Amino acid sequence: MKLTVWTYEGPPHVGAMRVATAMKGLHYVLHAPQGDTYADLLFTMIERRNHRPPVTYTTFQARDLGSDTATLFKTACQDAVDRFDPQAIIVGASCTAELIQDDPAGLAETMGLTIPVIALELPSYSRKENFGADETFYQIVRALAQPQDRTTRVTCNILGPTALGFRNRDDVEEITGLLADLGIDVNVVAPLNATPAGIARLPAAHFNVLLYPETGEAAARWLEKTYGQPFTKVVPIGVRATRDFIAEVAAITGLPCKVDESRLRLPWWTSSVDSTYLTGKRVFLFGDGTHVCAMARMARDEMGFEVVGLGCYNREQAKAVRAMAKALGLAALITDDYLDVEAAIAAASPEMIMGTQMERHIGKRLGIPCAVISAPVHVQDYPARYSPVMGFEGANVVFDTLIHPLVMGLEEHLLTMFREDFEFNDAAGPSHHGGAAPVAMPDASGGSISEKVRTEGASEDLMNGNVIWLSDAERELKKIPFFVRGKARRNTEAFAVQKGLQQISLDTLYEAKAHYAR
Amino acid sequence: MNDLAPIGGGCRTAPVLKQRGQREVFCGLTGIIWLHRKMQDAFFLVVGSRTCAHLLQSAAGVMIFAEPRFGTAILEEQDLAGMKDAHAELDREVARLLARRPDIRQLFLVGSCPSEVIKIDLARAAERLSQLHAPHVRVLNYSGSGIETTFTEGEDACLASMVPVLKDTTARELLLVGALPDVVEDQMLSLLGQMGIDNIRLLPARRIDGTTAVGPNTVFALTQPFLGETHAALERRGARHIAAPFPFGEEGTTLWLQAVATECGVSADTFAAVTDAPRARARKAIAQASEHLNGKSVFFFPDSQLEIPLARFLTRECGMTAIEVGSPYIHDALHGPDLDLLPANDRWGPQISEGQDVDLQLDRARAARPDLTVCGLGLANPLEAEGLTTKWAIELVFTPVHFYEQAGDLAGLFSRPVRRKSLLKLEAAE
Repeated sequence: MKLTVWTYEGPPHVGAMRVATAMKGLHYVLHAPQGDTYADLLFTMIERRNHRPPVTYTTFQARDLGSDTATLFKTACQDAVDRFDPQAIIVGASCTAELIQDDPAGLAETMGLTIPVIALELPSYSRKENFGADETFYQIVRALAQPQDRTTRVTCNILGPTALGFRNRDDVEEITGLLADLGIDVNVVAPLNATPAGIARLPAAHFNVLLYPETGEAAARWLEKTYGQPFTKVVPIGVRATRDFIAEVAAITGLPCKVDESRLRLPWWTSSVDSTYLTGKRVFLFGDGTHVCAMARMARDEMGFEVVGLGCYNREQAKAVRAMAKALGLAALITDDYLDVEAAIAAASPEMIMGTQMERHIGKRLGIPCAVISAPVHVQDYPARYSPVMGFEGANVVFDTLIHPLVMGLEEHLLTMFREDFEFNDAAGPSHHGGAAPVAMPDASGGSISEKVRTEGASEDLMNGNVIWLSDAERELKKIPFFVRGKARRNTEAFAVQKGLQQISLDTLYEAKAHYAR
Repeated sequence: MNDLAPIGGGCRTAPVLKQRGQREVFCGLTGIIWLHRKMQDAFFLVVGSRTCAHLLQSAAGVMIFAEPRFGTAILEEQDLAGMKDAHAELDREVARLLARRPDIRQLFLVGSCPSEVIKIDLARAAERLSQLHAPHVRVLNYSGSGIETTFTEGEDACLASMVPVLKDTTARELLLVGALPDVVEDQMLSLLGQMGIDNIRLLPARRIDGTTAVGPNTVFALTQPFLGETHAALERRGARHIAAPFPFGEEGTTLWLQAVATECGVSADTFAAVTDAPRARARKAIAQASEHLNGKSVFFFPDSQLEIPLARFLTRECGMTAIEVGSPYIHDALHGPDLDLLPANDRWGPQISEGQDVDLQLDRARAARPDLTVCGLGLANPLEAEGLTTKWAIELVFTPVHFYEQAGDLAGLFSRPVRRKSLLKLEAAE
């Protein structure tokens, strides 16, 4: 048992629902107790869908337990097929039904249905939502894909977008446009908006674009093995990754790289002088492995940030995240416990967090700005406006997303100039909090060295809080703008420890400043 | 109060449509979301699966980020292997939790579908943990599983689990049962206090060191219609129920107060002196807020058991007609007084339904095209997309809606979607 309040991922049958809801002409018969229908509202409320998810729940109750539940399953299954007339159905069990061992697959097979019945085995007590989506999509593709000739023109499939995916709707549109610029048609997008008949046509494409490894990799690998379709390894998030993606597509297809960059604005925006203040901003990244890896590269190479921490909650991507962390000289944080994430963020004391809605709230608590870059997200991150994160427009969107939580360059300059002013004083808080933010942490970037050192198990002196700030140094520290003061305090204390000093004087402060100058 | 019965008779004896099939409802775990706000020294520990944790997170919305006093001990594969282990695991997690939260005085082990199916004996665990952590912490157990409870029944199961451990008393006391928002509870106590009724106890009390007791001279009134088990548990301890319609709207509040006042021997003059002014206020507020509801039809999907008293309020005080009133369960001793008042004439006697087959019920709603449909969040947007106006039901459980001062707000909750529909002019140009 593990005590949990927040969970980054739902159970695996919610992943299966994400695939079923993404598709059309497919129905999911889920053996589940009364109450599991709560998951419907993720789709109707957070994603604002205008239809019920195509899921029939058997909704068994205590009085049904025993032999009755098998009959209940068959009745629900037959009713769903009669009412919704799907091209295919998927059947499976939720966590409770897994325990009563009714075998939905076996039951459905005995019913003599004329449409394909795809059985799902989703281990609820060891795997989670993303696995459920990946496995469900894989099983659907395996069951429905039909051998056939390649299309005459060069075409590809787009694999991985689902319901409740972070910006999947607009990413698909952006990448479809990009591929069109390259002279490549999209054969089938799946699972998003695909029908079972569409899934059957997947092998007609020349190759696959794997947009989201979390939800499409098993299917992509199977299609590669079975139908010889190569799939793309670069996820086109960021300018450089998009260009790499185009080069990869060119290598697969032998077509020339012809791209329209006329609407790509990130390179100029990030080069313009107002962006200079972004240099070396310390960022912490957490989310799903794919978005974290891609965004870490963007943060470093395209925004000029310093990445001071990164991690993911989905173990399936741990290897990729560890490799990216190593390249950045960091140790990856692989955990689904938000308390670990909170502790790591507090220890790294970044100037900005790039994370999920959980990190947005951790950021609020610690007084650190946050930009949302990955699921799980809330209703505000299913926007009405066009907001991809992939391709060239995606790069523009990400630039805006990342700088909005930060204080603008000019604003930061003014804050420094007028730091004694009543409106710009420390207690007013960062402007993006509307001036009403609770001043929970006097230092924007978190605690002092003693806290950090305690976690790392360093010198006894520091653990006892024996580095003392002399009053003139303390006064000078207060003059430093609040949003960089935490970093200054941390650096100075680390510098003092390094030099074996017990006290921090004005000189120590400025020596440390010189030491860390960049 | 017979003179208040509707012309054509009430719905108490009307035929009830009982259906079984897919139910689009929450499980009892959801009750934790408001119960933990009410009981300030309680922690609710669900023993369940990742699904349970995910449900609480989805239902709690942003509240989950405010250090709530609930959590889920998620069962893992090892826990399913052997029973003995599960108890050791639970003891360890509880000890860790209580060490971190020394402010917790009562701990509820809340059963879920998985824990009920594999039959983890949470009752025994609660006894053992109570001894282990006595006297500082009291550990109780109830089930909020979907296989046994629907939505608000979770509160019922929780309160019923507290009844056997309430102190004994022989005093004649009035016990008011049901978790109400603090502001509503204060209004209720103030009204009864003005009538001279002061031997009042509350279940649940805000804190465990309250003096709630029960015995053969206790009389109790329910403020919520979903407390069937608690009603039975209190009667088992010799307490007597005061039957009354539930205190929604001016009329419901007056009738509820009247039943309590009569039981406590309050004179008609005193009753009038205390209630005349707030009654007038409530009537005025309802009249304003219900302007857009007059003459409109309403259809209730089952959700909370509040449907019958709310239908009574909307039909009698806001001028609506009820097409179908669906309730997850109907309990004659609790819902009877409201059913008596629900108009049942030939033209539009509402269909009373208990239980659900959601696809069939959706067919009925589509055929009836009600002006307002009260339903859960899983159905609301899909029905809006079909052109029906909806009011999502869960808000009625979280928002203060009982008694006089909230009567206008209650009507407002239903009239707002209707008003919004008439305000938005987004259809294509003609």
